[in-house]
Amino acid sequence: MPETITLEVQRYRPEDEAEPVFERFDVPFRADWMVLDALNYIKDNLDGTLSYRWACRMGVCGSCGMMVNGQPLLTCATYLERLLPGPIRVEPLKGFPVIRDLVGDITDFLEKLSRVKPWIVREEEKPLAEGEYLQTPEQLADYEQYSMCINCMLCYAACPIYELEPDFIGPAAIAIAQRYNLDSRDEGVQERLDVLSQHDGIWACTFVGECSVVCPKNVDPAGAIQRYKVAATADWFKSVLTPWANR
Amino acid sequence: MGEPLNPRYRLYHPKWHRTRIPIFWWLRSFAYIKFISRELTSLFVAYAGLLLLIEVSVLARGEAAYGRFLAWLQSPAVLALNAFVLLALLFHTFTWLNLAPRALVLRVGKRRVPDALVLVAHYSAWIAASALLAWLILRR
Ligand code: SF4
Repeated sequence: MPETITLEVQRYRPEDEAEPVFERFDVPFRADWMVLDALNYIKDNLDGTLSYRWACRMGVCGSCGMMVNGQPLLTCATYLERLLPGPIRVEPLKGFPVIRDLVGDITDFLEKLSRVKPWIVREEEKPLAEGEYLQTPEQLADYEQYSMCINCMLCYAACPIYELEPDFIGPAAIAIAQRYNLDSRDEGVQERLDVLSQHDGIWACTFVGECSVVCPKNVDPAGAIQRYKVAATADWFKSVLTPWANR
Repeated sequence: MGEPLNPRYRLYHPKWHRTRIPIFWWLRSFAYIKFISRELTSLFVAYAGLLLLIEVSVLARGEAAYGRFLAWLQSPAVLALNAFVLLALLFHTFTWLNLAPRALVLRVGKRRVPDALVLVAHYSAWIAASALLAWLILRR
């Protein structure tokens, strides 16, 4: 076991640098440390100006995603040991404009997320007195996988389409749309389809599949998008072949 | 905070950094290369389809024309080309069919049709269609 390990951390301080640079830090190596622990060590002991996001350090909050040696990873769930002998290159998530050091601007994702109405849409709420909306275990199983998404945006960083075509609504937003579409209590399928059947919706996806590979929660956004394509196509054929059945 | 070292920086005017995407972005990882190959081999699918159509139209022009066409197909250069195309087609077909269960989630009653079954169905359909085509072309 080595005593220390080197991190090459991307710094971007717009007041001082026109372009990002890499700074090297030697941190103690500990077998139970994650990349995030090493960053916290740097901030606490070596350079307090280092900026990055994190909160829960247990793979739930979704805020510590970064490029580690070129791979989008949750830094709180990536052992230093896995990356021996180093140096470990830490960069901000790919595809997002960088505000400072390792902090990206995620406004774009948040706007897209709200576009797919990530909540249960009801045409009419039933009165409180009638009690809750019940669901069977099978109905829960239909969407449960997609409800695991923690909005970490690793899938966006893995997606070359999002990088090339920033209008693409992106993997997680579509998977989350599917999470509500497949929920037996929801009635918003058509509203979401109107958003997602646009050019920048599901059809921008060419099934590279990397989003599902990097997803730390096994959401399988790529699968969600392809299923959506099948459903949208079936919907289209139905509306053409049986126009009287509509509305 | 001291004096900014970047002369173009203006206080309270944040400056985002955006990375430019290299033309050869798809060389960055093996997964991207595989993806691009899968997409590009669709050109060979188009070529194979076209070849089949040409074969049918030549057939309509009579036996002599068809014989010349077959002789052309058997020339070493065309044989080599088509052998390469066959490999590309196989790559395309396998990578494509293997993705099918991800897109197709079928249900019978309450149970989900297992992925393996979706795969088997796709491969069987492919083999059956190929066999039919081979029988049509090769029978005398
Ligand atoms: S789909 Fe997976 S990778 Fe994408 S934001 Fe959700 S949890 Fe993260």
